[in-house]
Amino acid sequence: MTNLSRRTVLAGLAGASATALAAPHVRPAGATPGVTDTEILLGQTMPYSGGASGYADWGRAEVAYFEMINAQGGINGRHVRLISLDDGLSPPKTVEQTRRMVERDGVLALFGSFATSPNSAIHRYVNSRGVPHLFLASGASKWADPENYPWTMGWLPDYPTEAKVYAQYIMENDPDATASIFYQNDDGGRDFYEGFKAGFGDQVDRYLVGEQTFEATDPTVDAQIANLQQSGANYLFIIGQPRTMAQAIRGSYDSGWRPNLMINAGSASVSGTLEPAGLDKAAGIMSVAFVKDPTDDTWADDPGFLAWSAFMDEWFPKGRKSDVNTVYGYCMAQTMEQVLRQCGDDLSRENVMAQAANLRDLALPMLLPGVTINTAPDDYRPIEAMRLQRFNGAKWELFGDTIGG
Amino acid sequence: MSTATINPVLEPVKAPPGYVANRAILTGGSRQVTVLALIAVAIVLPFVLGEYRLFQATQVLIFAVAILGLNILTGYNGQISVGHSAFLAMGAYATAILGIEFGMPYWLAIPTSGLICLGFGFLFGFPALRLQGFYLALATFSLAVALPQLLRYKGIEQWTGGVQGLFVDKPAVPAGLPVTPDQWIYFVTLFVTIALFWAAWNLVRGPVGRAVIALRDHEVAAEVMGIRASIFKSLTFGVSAMYTGIAGSLSALSIQFVAPDSFHMFVSVTLLVGAVVGGVATIWGAFLGALFVVFIPNVAEQISSNATWAVYGAFLLLVIYLMPNGMAGGLEDLFRRLRARAPGR
Amino acid sequence: MDLFIHQLFTGLSNGAIYASMALAIVMIFRTTNLKNFAQGEMAMFSAFIAWWMLGLGVPYWIAFFITIAVSFVIGVLAERILIRPVMNAPLLSILIVFFGIFVILHSLAGWIFGYEVKVFPSPFPEEAVFGTYITNHELGTIAIVGAMLLAIYAFLNFTKTGLAMRGVAENQASCKLVGINVNWMLGLGWGLAAAIGAVAGMLIAPVVYLDPSMMSGVLIYGFAGAILGGIDNPWGAVVGSLILGVVENLLGTYVIETELRLSVALVLIIAILLIRPNGIFGRTIVSRV
Repeated sequence: MTNLSRRTVLAGLAGASATALAAPHVRPAGATPGVTDTEILLGQTMPYSGGASGYADWGRAEVAYFEMINAQGGINGRHVRLISLDDGLSPPKTVEQTRRMVERDGVLALFGSFATSPNSAIHRYVNSRGVPHLFLASGASKWADPENYPWTMGWLPDYPTEAKVYAQYIMENDPDATASIFYQNDDGGRDFYEGFKAGFGDQVDRYLVGEQTFEATDPTVDAQIANLQQSGANYLFIIGQPRTMAQAIRGSYDSGWRPNLMINAGSASVSGTLEPAGLDKAAGIMSVAFVKDPTDDTWADDPGFLAWSAFMDEWFPKGRKSDVNTVYGYCMAQTMEQVLRQCGDDLSRENVMAQAANLRDLALPMLLPGVTINTAPDDYRPIEAMRLQRFNGAKWELFGDTIGG
Repeated sequence: MSTATINPVLEPVKAPPGYVANRAILTGGSRQVTVLALIAVAIVLPFVLGEYRLFQATQVLIFAVAILGLNILTGYNGQISVGHSAFLAMGAYATAILGIEFGMPYWLAIPTSGLICLGFGFLFGFPALRLQGFYLALATFSLAVALPQLLRYKGIEQWTGGVQGLFVDKPAVPAGLPVTPDQWIYFVTLFVTIALFWAAWNLVRGPVGRAVIALRDHEVAAEVMGIRASIFKSLTFGVSAMYTGIAGSLSALSIQFVAPDSFHMFVSVTLLVGAVVGGVATIWGAFLGALFVVFIPNVAEQISSNATWAVYGAFLLLVIYLMPNGMAGGLEDLFRRLRARAPGR
Repeated sequence: MDLFIHQLFTGLSNGAIYASMALAIVMIFRTTNLKNFAQGEMAMFSAFIAWWMLGLGVPYWIAFFITIAVSFVIGVLAERILIRPVMNAPLLSILIVFFGIFVILHSLAGWIFGYEVKVFPSPFPEEAVFGTYITNHELGTIAIVGAMLLAIYAFLNFTKTGLAMRGVAENQASCKLVGINVNWMLGLGWGLAAAIGAVAGMLIAPVVYLDPSMMSGVLIYGFAGAILGGIDNPWGAVVGSLILGVVENLLGTYVIETELRLSVALVLIIAILLIRPNGIFGRTIVSRV
């Protein structure tokens, strides 16, 4: 499909979805919102308050990155300003803040808004209105649906795919083993759970012998760990926020069960999760990676790592260098930067979407070698490749080949 | 102060001077003029406000209805509820499910959701009769904690959408009306708000309202006078749940999305904050409370994006210290002082 | 059977955590007649103070006792500065003041110390002495909770100050008449509750990790345990918390899916309250008309 006809299709789809979802919105002719000769305005929501505030440096790193770009002269002569507002992870608040940015501040696009249910809440709104909703900090599979939601595109490898990697690893490397899963009872956790089950295919009953959930209100998870231990599984796949995950890692070790652990990449931070759990208790844990882990000294002389490190020192000194979320934010902001550069002076919302769906073999400095970003009008999954890694008690070590991509 | 107070919710340890249960700033004709003027302003509002401000105005009306619902229970009947987010969720999910599963039009879904909440509220209010003060607060709080967990429960996922939540369609603008969907949902909300405030105004001033207030102030004495506590208190619970449920229904229609995360127990506390800050046992205090809970978090975020909620908390303490009877009471004092000072009176 | 015993021990050690919080709640209720739901955030803040001192190299037990002392002073000051002005306001206004304190402490802790989870050391050796079902820290928690319970009981029942404080909670006017310094007693109540909360925070943080949200779940369970046992009775609060911890675990293991266990536990508590409105071990309050 040529670029021209693709764009027509996109516009047509936007029209169709607008009629389907709500009354059509007619934007006044003239300049695109959020774009002047000197400035490009972007917006996002982040949990700066509430229980998920630990992730907030993800957004702060992105804001800082664009400040650095602006100091270097901006993008095609324009400064980029990223408005980053707090939604406390409450969907109604996300809607309010998003409408503020779209309708009052007039942002060109939304970029990097955090978590699944907040983004779900604005999914229809941005699509009926034709606002680019790019590179979400959520790995739900529903963001890659260009046919029904042409204005929304995720960024992370999607959760079910990640979960399948772990299931397949067990089947290939330890076919006699059994597995169990422990996940937070929310949309992210359920995505992993379904993916994990799907990964075992029709053998799911043979492999998956234990499953437990936890709630954000659970002070401890010892009871669930005891139940999982009873299942006698050899593997335990844990999905959750750092605090619960650290408790589960420590608990499964202290109880004497000591299964082979797998944890989701989003919480695989050495300083955020594994250090609190105890490095000795975390030794041997498996996870996947697609960015260079900032604690891994393999990259000590890597130019990409040094550039990131210099960025952190100069533009985000308050951020912790051991926090992988700052790397995610850095890479995401670079992806957005690339889209804006590709747009040149045609900064219409349609073209932003067209360029976001036109990323070819983009190798960012902090992505792992072999992991590149590719998108197309029918491929809204920027990152699909990942590699397995194992924690050796001090740092993550990559092993195996690049998977997917 | 005697130790005989059965329900200490509203009873000040020492009644501050000028403490009256039912305050009225304006009386008779001038009140009607003020109310009509406010309604006129509310009707013109959508044509002068930008889209985002209009959305906020809709949220203020929705919160005002929800807070009024809580105020009927807590302010007028003295039963503390820290669980009204549950009724907000019930109303919102009822509207979403009625629309999706049964194709019910929104104008029917709003009152139906209200009735469903009335039923649940009444049923919940019945056992809650035995619980007083803090124990009731715990019981209602349990409701607020349990409901989001139930909504996520796999067994009923096919209706509730589970962890994913549900999309809700915005009410369609009736053919021929020259308004946008956002303006239309505002008008629908405004109409419902006016109707419910009018009903509440009459309710608390009628014999039922006096019975409800009497139960708050002295339950035993009220019973001696022939007021059946069980029926009246359960009914108050039901009506209160209905108001908040209708607010939930309107919120589903305006946000167009419902999910368990939208009804965190924190929302219950927000409603309580609105009720107290606005003014307990006042009708129009619900509006002031709604303005506070909708706008002050944004103001706080502008003051400090790092410690937003510390700023919010400071605002909260300030209002309570300066206006112990809420903003309605505070404004009333101000009014009275101005009037006393005005010459010719 | 193995699983049953394991869950029983897990439930007891969870219950001990709830109990430590419940004791602080009972303390403030017995001495001021208020249920302070900012108590959890105060405990969290105390734990952060201790963590900060430990980071400076202060030995554990010195930091432990300094934190208790500092928390006591903060409690007294909170009563003086924040609660005293609204003493005569309706109860609902006081509840909102508690909420204000809650969000301010939560937000300040995040701002000053950060939101990422932190390790808080346990004073007890790590090597398990009594098998894998229960760690030394959990045993230590149970022991300290027991000691606090005895101390609180003795203080409230056998010391003059304790009796005076209970009197103030029940009838301020009469206490003034017999020459009790009511203001000081209320401040003392807040200070002691904050000190107990500080101990609770320092016992809970090693288990759940230290971050501004560490008490969000514990507070719910602490209140539920205290109310189940009887909020005016320290023994009841501790036993109620232990029962809650055990019953919740056994329910989640044998009866229902784990995701519903808190909901079901709360429903059970309400059912018990309907039969015994003042908790299992609470006094029945007879109101004079």
